[in-house]
Amino acid sequence: MSNQLVQPEFRVRIDHDVCHKCGRCVQQCGWDVYTFNERPIPNHAKCRACHRCMTYCPAGAITIERSPLAYRENPSWTPALRRAAWRQAETGGVLLTGMGNDRPYLNIFDHLVLDACQVTNPSIDPLREPMELRTYLGSKPDSLEVECGEGGGFKLKTRRGFAAGIRLDVPVVFAPMSYGSVSLNVHKSLAMAAQRLGILMNTGEGGLHADLYPYEKNVIVQVASGRFGVDTDYLNRGAAVEIKVGQGAKPGIGGHLPGEKADSDIAATRMIPQGSDAISPAPHHDIYSIEDLRQLIYSIKEATDYKPVGVKIAAVHNVAAIASGIVRAGADYVYIDGFRGGTGAAPQVIRDHVGIPLEIAVAVVDQRLRDEGIRQRASIIAAGSVRGSADLAKVIALGADAVAIGSAALIALGCHLCQGCHTGSCSWGLTTHKPELTRRLDPEWGAERLVNLVSAWSHELQEILGALGVNAIESLRGSRDRLRSIGLDQQTCEIIGVKPAGL
Amino acid sequence: MTAELTPLCGRGEPLLERMPSARPAGFTEPGVRPAYREEAPYKIHGGCGLMGICDESGTRMDGEAAIRAMAVQRDRGNGLGGGFAGYGIYPDFADHFCFHMMYHDHQARAEAEEIITQTFWIDQAEPIPTRHVSTIVDPPLLWRYFVMPHERKLEAIGLPADDVVVRTVFDINAGVDGAYVASSGKDMGAFKGVGYPEEIADFFRLEEYSGHTWLGHNRFPTNTPGWWGGAHPFSLLDWAVVHNGELSSYGINRRYLEQFGYRCALGTDTEVAAYLFDLLLRKHGLPMDLACLVLASPLWSEIDRMGDDERELAQALREVYGPAMLNGPFAIVLGFDGGMVAINDRIKLRPLVAARQGSILMVASEESVLHEVLDAPERVWSPRAGEPVIARVAGGSRSVRFADECAVAGVA
Repeated sequence: MSNQLVQPEFRVRIDHDVCHKCGRCVQQCGWDVYTFNERPIPNHAKCRACHRCMTYCPAGAITIERSPLAYRENPSWTPALRRAAWRQAETGGVLLTGMGNDRPYLNIFDHLVLDACQVTNPSIDPLREPMELRTYLGSKPDSLEVECGEGGGFKLKTRRGFAAGIRLDVPVVFAPMSYGSVSLNVHKSLAMAAQRLGILMNTGEGGLHADLYPYEKNVIVQVASGRFGVDTDYLNRGAAVEIKVGQGAKPGIGGHLPGEKADSDIAATRMIPQGSDAISPAPHHDIYSIEDLRQLIYSIKEATDYKPVGVKIAAVHNVAAIASGIVRAGADYVYIDGFRGGTGAAPQVIRDHVGIPLEIAVAVVDQRLRDEGIRQRASIIAAGSVRGSADLAKVIALGADAVAIGSAALIALGCHLCQGCHTGSCSWGLTTHKPELTRRLDPEWGAERLVNLVSAWSHELQEILGALGVNAIESLRGSRDRLRSIGLDQQTCEIIGVKPAGL
Repeated sequence: MTAELTPLCGRGEPLLERMPSARPAGFTEPGVRPAYREEAPYKIHGGCGLMGICDESGTRMDGEAAIRAMAVQRDRGNGLGGGFAGYGIYPDFADHFCFHMMYHDHQARAEAEEIITQTFWIDQAEPIPTRHVSTIVDPPLLWRYFVMPHERKLEAIGLPADDVVVRTVFDINAGVDGAYVASSGKDMGAFKGVGYPEEIADFFRLEEYSGHTWLGHNRFPTNTPGWWGGAHPFSLLDWAVVHNGELSSYGINRRYLEQFGYRCALGTDTEVAAYLFDLLLRKHGLPMDLACLVLASPLWSEIDRMGDDERELAQALREVYGPAMLNGPFAIVLGFDGGMVAINDRIKLRPLVAARQGSILMVASEESVLHEVLDAPERVWSPRAGEPVIARVAGGSRSVRFADECAVAGVA
């Protein structure tokens, strides 16, 4: 009787006239859609529209279609809501999903436009002139003291207290995705790309696999509530340490890596017994308020000879005050994850209904830190569905120092946003540990794709800067003057500090 | 508030009544007192011509050289703004702060004077002498005040006199409708308004003043009616800035300054340049050379090639002061109590030429200006992008430090 009420969302259409009957679709599909009996026979209900089979079909015989099934129209009870109710009526459980919020909330990025120079100030051609994207993350003093050097001229009076600033050649880092939620080959791809791009990848909460040690200068090591894989050696390997408090896709929610995913390699990296569930509690059980966070920040600094320590939080209603507290607690950067940020697994109700947009969160945090005169003390990393160089430029103009990209990086590696990460059956070999699937991602190929993606964004960002008539990213950072809104309400405009087009 | 006036230096109502009409042209409806701030709700665009001349020996020149220099560059403006700043022009009041004021009406004057007298003794107050010039219409009331800080009150506030001047300027510019502080330094003053610079000079009888350093400016605003306060130079304390260009980084420069308590009431980019100099040189105590390195930062590729100490310093400056970098096309001349500094943007997108003749250093937007004013310059050159041209009057500056003072200190 089970599952009978939920009808398939997609239909797999095979053109049997051209089909080679080679069975590659059967082999490629991670979701077991196909069986083979003289020719491939699809089970439509299992299809997630990930396109793996059609991409690899040598005959081009496969098409995935949206099911034409008609539902009695009711704008309030959408088919998706009806399906959810049927599924819950069958299972009695929390609906799980992967990747980011897919609800059609207003996307503020799509209502912001950038400025350009005409006549009175010249635009700059990035193909002919220097166009600087280099960014240093970390705490900076308000001012510098200098003294006379030995050979005449000035030098810094004191060794700078912010010596350990994190250099990024492009204001982009790869977002934390744990080894466990993604495969080791994904981690390798990210690490190799980070090294070539002069940026950083982030371990996520699953520890650092020994294969990534050669790339450790380009790695942020994360400390999350489960403390998986954390020891002194781990903390000291990274370029920076990040305390994960929250995630945009599931603010206030912990994590759960099922025991069947904890094979020997993952278990060793996470420092847990093989086959045991890896449960990250919702809160850090040593952080019940801001003063506890301060202690953890400084414990980590003490353990690492004062490496930069960042704190990652989800964008929630009170994000500005929370971020201010984090900066005052001594964090070198605040990582703000908006409500469209991705996840390897989250309750759908949380993913789709908790948190606030990145654009608003970055704007209010940047302004609050300025109002309090502490903006220099910490950098802001913005994440949560930065989809391209336009979003990148816009969020930097709103006040971010850099962005983190997770979904975009996975998409570069083949992800089709099918939202099945939590199943462990990713046909593209990204969020799975089945050897026959993970080997589909060659780390060298993956790194090249990631380098290409970020390089392309860099070139586009340079074009944007050139059009804006500036030749350094710091002249766009926080310069909301270069943004205008189209179709946003007045109050939102005021909150994000952007004037409507025409003013 | 009533507009009851107290004669401040024995000059009473009859004189004031003879003052010209108090309404800036094209600004507001008659009878409505304008805010005298936020020239426009958008950033003001424009091109310009500028000059600066400094006799490093400290010998005073009358305003004639500056006027001629600007007259040659008449085509670089459109008659919607001209102005000058002179240093060393008030030797009789060299230790007084001098407030040059623009007022819409006498009520605005009363309100501004009330703010000034909260923390300063006014030792002399007078209308700034002007003469009738047919092309200069509807000037505001123009007054100047020579003031000394009220020591006891300063003690109570707990701020040095300079900071109290800054606070007073911001309180008036942002808080008093119809009042604007054109300059507030010692032994210097800004003379500016709507008109071509040589007409403005004529109006202010500039040839009657003499100073060791002069700045001049001709404005070409492209989308504003032009008002008197919007002309250059922009001045705060001893700093005066004339600027040709447009700061494409205005948005972040302004938000950066606001963190340090600066209120950018006028909405123009030149204002932020003046405040940035104040922040870097006075508040943060950076030497002039390094302040210039902040405002027109070297490229990372240049910084990477420097020697260790130099690179560490340059990188630290750029990391800490990145939001203060002036980006976009500009040529700026900064006047200060000990001379002047001219600087171009980091890729030289606006003209700036310099000449040296004996103890005189001169800069301008066009080379013709240099030859018009100087009869036999020994050297005429075009400064490189971001490379400051510095003129220093003998006797030095009260507050500004320079790199070569290190060498002297080292020997001593």
